This record gives sequence, C-alpha cells and structure tokens, in this order.
Amino acid sequence: MSLNPFKSIGIGVAYSPNLKANLFEAARLSVFFGAKLFLIHVGEASEEKTNMLSIILKSFEEDKLDYEVVFKTGDPVDVILSTSEEKKIDLLILGAVRREQILKYYVGSIARKITRQAKCSILLLIKPSVERVPCQHIVVNGLKDPKTEQTITSAFYVAKQLNAEKVTIVEEIGQDQIAVKVDDDKSLRRTNIAKERIELRENSRVKEIISHIPKEYTKNKTIKLQPIFGKRGYSIGHYAQISRADLLIMNAPSKMTFLDRLFPHDIEHILTELPTDVLILQ
Amino acid sequence: MSPKKNNIKDFFKTLPKNIFSGFVVSLIALPLGLGLAMASDAPPISGIIAAIVGGVIVSVLGGSHVTIVGPGNGLVGVLLVAISTLGIESAYVAIMCSGVLLLLLGFFRMGALADFFPSSAIQGMLAAIGLIILGKQFHIMLAHKINRVDTIDYLMEIPNTIYDAFHYDDKGLIFAALAGVLSLAIMLFYSKIRNKYLQLIPAPMWIVILSIGFSYYFELILHKPNPIAQKYMVSGIPSIQNIIADLPVPDFSGIWSFPFWASVLALTLIASIESLLSIKAVDKLDPEKRRSNVNRDLKALGLATVGSGLLGGLNVVTVIARSSVNVNQGASNRSSNFFHALFLVLFIVFFSTQLTRIPLPALMAILVYTGYKLASPKIITKMFSIGKEQLIIFFMTLIVTLKIGLITGIIAGVLTTFILHLIINRNLGYGLFIRNLLKPNVLMFEEQGNKGSYYVSVKHFCSFINYFRLKKHLDAIPEDQDVIVDFSLCDFVDDTVLENINSYQELFAKRGGHFDVVGLDMHDTETKHPFSSRRLLPVPKIIKNSLTRRQTSMETLAENYSLEYNPKKKKDTSFLNSFSFFRTKNINHIYNKLSHKQNAITLFDIEFSEGEFIAKEVVRKSMLHIDLQFDIPEFTLDKEGFLEKVSAFAGFKDILIENHDDFSNRFYLLGDNKAGIAKFFNDDVTNFFESNPYYHVESNGNALLIFGKERLASIKEIKALYDFGKRLKDVIPSS
Repeated sequence: MSLNPFKSIGIGVAYSPNLKANLFEAARLSVFFGAKLFLIHVGEASEEKTNMLSIILKSFEEDKLDYEVVFKTGDPVDVILSTSEEKKIDLLILGAVRREQILKYYVGSIARKITRQAKCSILLLIKPSVERVPCQHIVVNGLKDPKTEQTITSAFYVAKQLNAEKVTIVEEIGQDQIAVKVDDDKSLRRTNIAKERIELRENSRVKEIISHIPKEYTKNKTIKLQPIFGKRGYSIGHYAQISRADLLIMNAPSKMTFLDRLFPHDIEHILTELPTDVLILQ
Repeated sequence: MSPKKNNIKDFFKTLPKNIFSGFVVSLIALPLGLGLAMASDAPPISGIIAAIVGGVIVSVLGGSHVTIVGPGNGLVGVLLVAISTLGIESAYVAIMCSGVLLLLLGFFRMGALADFFPSSAIQGMLAAIGLIILGKQFHIMLAHKINRVDTIDYLMEIPNTIYDAFHYDDKGLIFAALAGVLSLAIMLFYSKIRNKYLQLIPAPMWIVILSIGFSYYFELILHKPNPIAQKYMVSGIPSIQNIIADLPVPDFSGIWSFPFWASVLALTLIASIESLLSIKAVDKLDPEKRRSNVNRDLKALGLATVGSGLLGGLNVVTVIARSSVNVNQGASNRSSNFFHALFLVLFIVFFSTQLTRIPLPALMAILVYTGYKLASPKIITKMFSIGKEQLIIFFMTLIVTLKIGLITGIIAGVLTTFILHLIINRNLGYGLFIRNLLKPNVLMFEEQGNKGSYYVSVKHFCSFINYFRLKKHLDAIPEDQDVIVDFSLCDFVDDTVLENINSYQELFAKRGGHFDVVGLDMHDTETKHPFSSRRLLPVPKIIKNSLTRRQTSMETLAENYSLEYNPKKKKDTSFLNSFSFFRTKNINHIYNKLSHKQNAITLFDIEFSEGEFIAKEVVRKSMLHIDLQFDIPEFTLDKEGFLEKVSAFAGFKDILIENHDDFSNRFYLLGDNKAGIAKFFNDDVTNFFESNPYYHVESNGNALLIFGKERLASIKEIKALYDFGKRLKDVIPSS
C-alpha cells in the first residue's frame, strides 16, 4: 500500500480574480506533499501568461517547488481530463462556485463534469486563499467498501502532511440495515439494540483498518469514530458542516450512470452543496 | 428501559380501575353518540353502534393504550354531505369504503399523514367543522328547526332564531327551548364548579339524567304529559332486537359516482387526521408514558369502521375528549375502551326506552358547546399572537371549507401556507424550497462517548412540507434521553414545526429526558409568540404594571416574613413533573411565587389543565413545595372520604399504619413502597398529621408537594399553608 498517493498535482488555470489564491493553494499542497505541480491552461501559449505565472509562484522558489505549465486548446473538460492522463496527474484541484446572496457553495458545471469523469483524485476548494488557513479537522468516510481502507490510510497521510490534529471517521449506515421500524416502545427498544450492534460492528471494522496504518501517522492524532444512521453521502457532508471540518475526504463513487444524476446519491449530494473543502480519492 | 413485567397479573390488578373509567366514559359517550349521529342526519343509534363496534375491535387490535374510540366531531360535516347526497344506505357503503382506505393507510404506514398539514390549516378546518355543528344545532337547541342549504345561512339565521325564541306562544316550544338553554348552561358552568361528587358524573350525563328525571316527575308525580313538544323529543331509538332485525342492507348501486368517492375520500381524510391528532394528544396524558403504535391503531380503526358501517353505524375515530376523561378516571390499558363499549350495550339493552325521554334541544346543547369549543374566539387570538399570516391561512381554510367542502378547504389551506412561506422568504430566494424539497435535510446521531445524548441538525428549511423527516428522526430517540436540535443551518422554520417541537419538549420533560433547541437566535420573527415562524426563544410576557390586591398583599407578606416574591408567570415547571398528581395533567405555568433563600420552601400559584377539548378544565391552585435534601419514600396522603372508599373498591389500596388507628381511619395513604412508608410515618409524623388541618400531601422521593383547596388560597390560607409546611419539614425524619 503506497502511503504517498500524490506525486503530481494538476490545476486548471484561468486568468480570473481568483487565480492567485488558487495557485497559492495548489503550490502549498505540492510543497506539503513533495509533488510536481502541473498548471493546465486551456488556450494558446504565450510568453506573457507564462511570465505572470512565474511571478505569482516566485515566493515558492525557496520551497523548491517543481512546476510545469501546459497549454492546450479545446474544450475545457476534455483538455483537463486528457492532460491529467498524459501527465499521470494523481490529484486535480478544482474551485467551487458560490451561490449568489447566500453562503452556499456548489460545483460548477465544468468542474462537475470533470469530477464525474476523472480517473484521478479530485480536490474541490471552496475558499482558496493566499494566506494559509490551517487545516485542523479532517472528516473521512468509513463506508463498508473495498476502497475505504486506502481512503482512511490516505486521510491519515494527508493529516500528517497538513498537520491536522483531529481525524473523524464517519461510518454512514443506511436505514435499510435496520430491519425493525419504530412504531412503539417495544420496536423502539429493538431498533436501538439493533443500532447499537451495528455501531459496534462498524467501529471494530474501522479500528481494524486503523491498526494497519503505520503508527507514525496515527500517533498524536485525536481519532474519533462516529456512526451515523442516514442517507449515504449526504449525512457525511452535513456532519462535516456542523463539526466545522476543514477537509472532507471521501471514496470516489464506483460508477455513475445517468440515473444516478437524476436520483442524486453519494457524491452527487456533496457536489450540489459543498460543506467544506472536499477531497475525492480514487 | 423498564424490566419485563408480569403482564397478566398487572392486567387483573388494574381491571377494576379500567372498568370504572370505562363506565364513566360510557356516560359521556352515550349522549355524545346520540347527538353526533343526529347532527349528521343519521339515525341516533348509529353513533352508539360506532362506539360499540369501535370499542370492541380497537381495544382488541389497536396499538394505543388509553384512547377511546367512537363517532367523532370532525366527521359530522362530511357525513352530513354524504348522507344528504347519497342517501343513508349508500352512505353506509361509503363509510365501509373509507374503513378499507384507513386500513390501507395503516398497512402502508401512513401514520405520518397528519404531519403534512400546517397547523393553522387544521385549526381552520376544525373551526369550520365547529361552525357547521354549531350553526345547524343552535336552531334545534332553541326549538326552531329550519332547513337551509348552506352552513353560512344557518349561521346568519341565529339572531332570528333567538328573536323567535322570545316570542313563542306554544308552551311545548318554550319548554323545549328552556331545556336547551339550561343544558347549555350546564355545559358552560360545569367545569367552574369543583365539587368532587358533582364531578363524578360528566356534564353530558347530568343533562341526560336531569331531563329523564324531569320527564318522570311529570309522569309519576304531576300525572301530566311531558310539557316539551313531542316533535322535539329524541325519537327512533330501536330496542336491541330491532337493531339486530333491521340491519341495513348496503346499497352498492351508487358506488361508481363522483360524489360517492369524494365522500369516501373526505371521510378517510378527516377520520385519519382526527384520530392521529387525538392519539398524539392522548399519548402526552398517558400516566405510564407509553408510545402508541399509530399505524396499528389506524388498521384497527379501519377494520372497526368497516364493521360499524356494515351494522349501520358511523365512522369510528379516536376521540380526544372521551379519551382524556378516560385517562383522568385512572384507565391504564385498552380494556377501559372495551368496557366503555360494554356499558353502552347494557344501556341500550336496558334503557333504550328511557332515552326517548330526552328532549332534542338538551342533546343539541351538548353539540352546540362542542361546536363552540372547536370554533372558539380564543383560537383566533392565539393564531393572531403567532403571526398575522396565520390568520390568513386560518380564514382561507375556514371560508373555503364552509363554502365548498372539507377537502377543498384543507387543500386551500395547504396552498395558502406554501405561498405565504414563499412570500415571507422571498429574500432567501424561491429556490430555497424547490431545490431542497427532496433533500434528506436532517442529520441525527448519538454522540460517541456520550451515551444517551443525541444531536439533531436541520439544514435549509423546515416547514410542514418536510417536517416528517425531522419527526422520523425524533421518533427514533427514546424520550428519557437528551436531545439537542440545532436549527442554525436552517434558513426557515415555520410555526407548525415549532409547535410540534414544543410538544416534543413537553413529552421529553414528562418522561425524564431533555430536549433543547439551539440556533434560532439569529432568526427574525414577526411576533413575540414562541411558535411564530423562524424563531423560538420564548420572551417573557409583558410585565403587568398593576398588581392585583391579592398580589400586593402577597408582596407585603413576603416583606414581613423576609421572603422573595415574584408575580411573573414561569413556564419552567419541570420540578413538578415527577409528582403523581401531575401525571395526567398539563401544567401551564406557575406564578405569584413566594420563596425563602435557605429553607427550600416555595409557595406558588399554579395553573394546570385536566382533560382535553370539551372535557378540558383549567384549574388554578396554590401549592407549597418543599425540597428535601434527602430521600424519602414516594407516597400520597389525603383525607379519607367517600370517594376514596369507592376508589379503594376500584383497586387502590390504603396503607394502614400500625398503632395509629385514628390516623389510618382519617387519612388515606397510597404508595408502592409499603415498608418504607410505614417506617417514614413514625409517631412524630403521624401525630403531626393527626393534630393539624387536612392537606393533600404528596412525595416524589425527595420533595413534598402540599395543597389544600381546589382553588387559589387566600392570604390567610397562604400563611397557614406556609406555617404547616415549615413545621412539617422539622418533623420529618431525615434518614
């Protein structure tokens, strides 16, 4: 199992007011992970653009930031996807859009298409900033899924690299797992017993995963397990929001069909209302 | 969680009490059943049949514990329409069909149905039903039968009827109208008179007894015919043989018509709403704090309705007033519902001819009172205090219901509410409701490492449309645990939700849990009422500057005895919940509080209510509360009297204290821990009670509650009560 999943990081570059903040976030992450940064620009190459980027990234020179600018014309979604495959990019950084008037973030249509089709991990940023906002609390999913072990391991790796102190593993459990429906005191009691049993089972499963992770990553971290009975994908976002998490780490969905978009589940819920920065691990 | 009990033994132990309360309830059910059936233009006996069939079936198959079923007020309006358009034979078929639909609702677990309606719309609908009942029966109450098409016409005619009533020439009519007015007076003033012998028989039964007595007085003593006009006497009560012989033949011919299915839908809708609301209200009164299985109850009610329709009875619904009387009389399980049905059978078998001695106006007075209670002006002032927009919803529903019909009315209410919500929240964007309608916006989890403490967070908006999601999660929490509901991520919370949240708070408080609401401080509201949409934070009532004379005397009393006096109303009465006296009562608030810093004695006036709806009585009393710092056995001590002897017969056991015959004879002592109580009542304590005035004294394990009269105490009585408490506290053994 590789502990450093991110050897190369990609970010789409558009010349917008957010450019500097986006670049700073991406560069900082590249430094933290010791990864190479690819700046992907949809459009013609020009001396002026390259210069501008190098001016912005000047402050990272002392951190030995290794970066490369890629210019390519075409449809933004195709360009970014094809480039990330060509350059073997492990992590793609995308920015979120804020809904007018209200403080809610969602993923724009281009970013959403990329998220759905990308074969690498995706980081969705809600508030890129030039100054570093420390990442203190990471929420990671603990679904019963083959990918989960890798996800939790990577979460601890990220936590170590970003100096996050607290990691909460949320085990989302669907309501359908409980056979009893609450009607009266008796069925309520039975439901609660069933829930407790499932919680114990889930907790021991996650603890087993944690015990496989090298000690140096887990020590000095506050680890919390929180089972939640609720809608998959939605509850974890809601939890991340109320627990004021700085980063939410999730498994990438197994497969997406047209129907999944009509009846949103798992990742789609997160895309419509981003609770915080979200890292989707492939 | 309580350990498994010996159910059969318990059942037989509580059986006498349940038989007794079943009897008392049947005393109300009889006149109400007759009246409601007649108000619906159905044969009077059909109401009784509904109560009997319902009582038997629901008590066996139902899922609630202390509810009573029978013909309901809410259905009068729908049944009237059904019977007048379809004819009585087809109406029975419609009743059966609605029973099948109710059964299906139960099977599809639609017990949450009643949660989808905004509370103002339901209030408006109930008020409309109240007006339908009141409008029609008012004229009969004054012996002035008229026939109009529209309910509004009936209401408009009320002044004419009153005018006519003063100008009757016919003696029969005058007597009939007098019977009506007297009966109305009994209904109105019954709850004001607090005499325990009088209260033993419910008001509607007093009306029946008095009017039958009146008729016998003329027949046996004056040897004259009953002066009340014959056409204003209850007629058409068949004997039991006739009921069985004349089973109605259901007429299936009209079942493919539109009005038929409109009636079926309306019957189902109203029957389920009325039942579900009643079950919810009665659950709060249940002394054993059980949770009703509403879906199972719906199935049982559906089956009972089918049976009732088949035998020529009306729809069977759970009824609030009768259920609350049932709880107050000490019912503890469904058998009281069964016995209420059984007693009704006995009444019909043995007294069916006596029932024709009841004057119609007297019976209708009961219904006029019911109608008035449903549409009382108090409801409108309450609506107004919550917010002006509530009045729009209320009147919209009310007027459309009266003008067109119940289903259209409630739909109009729902739509109006939704549109008003859109208008109120226009600054948040219309997308708020549409985009988030289908999202699972409620998160609930038990905090790890903090057993029995739940956190619920609600996102986006929470109104009557998506309240069911919140409810589903709240229902999954046992009521003796701690819950925090966080609305800080919620842009809009409406009054329906806040009202429901409030009843959850009461429920949790009664059952030993805590239910806190946070995150509404940032929200803006229209009015200061706690249910006003968008925010909670109950604001203390505007301080009244002028104190009453009693209050100023209490103030001086407080100064003289160096006590603290606080005239303000206080809603936090959780310290009283564990006293068995309040188990079946709703405490509204305490006020005029006198307290002492050191000796933990507080004296206060309290307002609480017993029963619900027409059986509701608001009571104010003065009480003394002593907070002991140590544990004592739980007990209740009262004066031994006739009623206690009766209830002893019904299953309560008086505890006798050895060597204190005088005490044992004069006092009535109740409690579970007999040995502990016998030890507690040592020579000093018994001597103290023997040589002092009588008070009702109750212990909840670590505090005492003492009160005397069934009313507020005068200043002199307050002094006496305070003195009694102070001396009692010194006598009590502190171990």
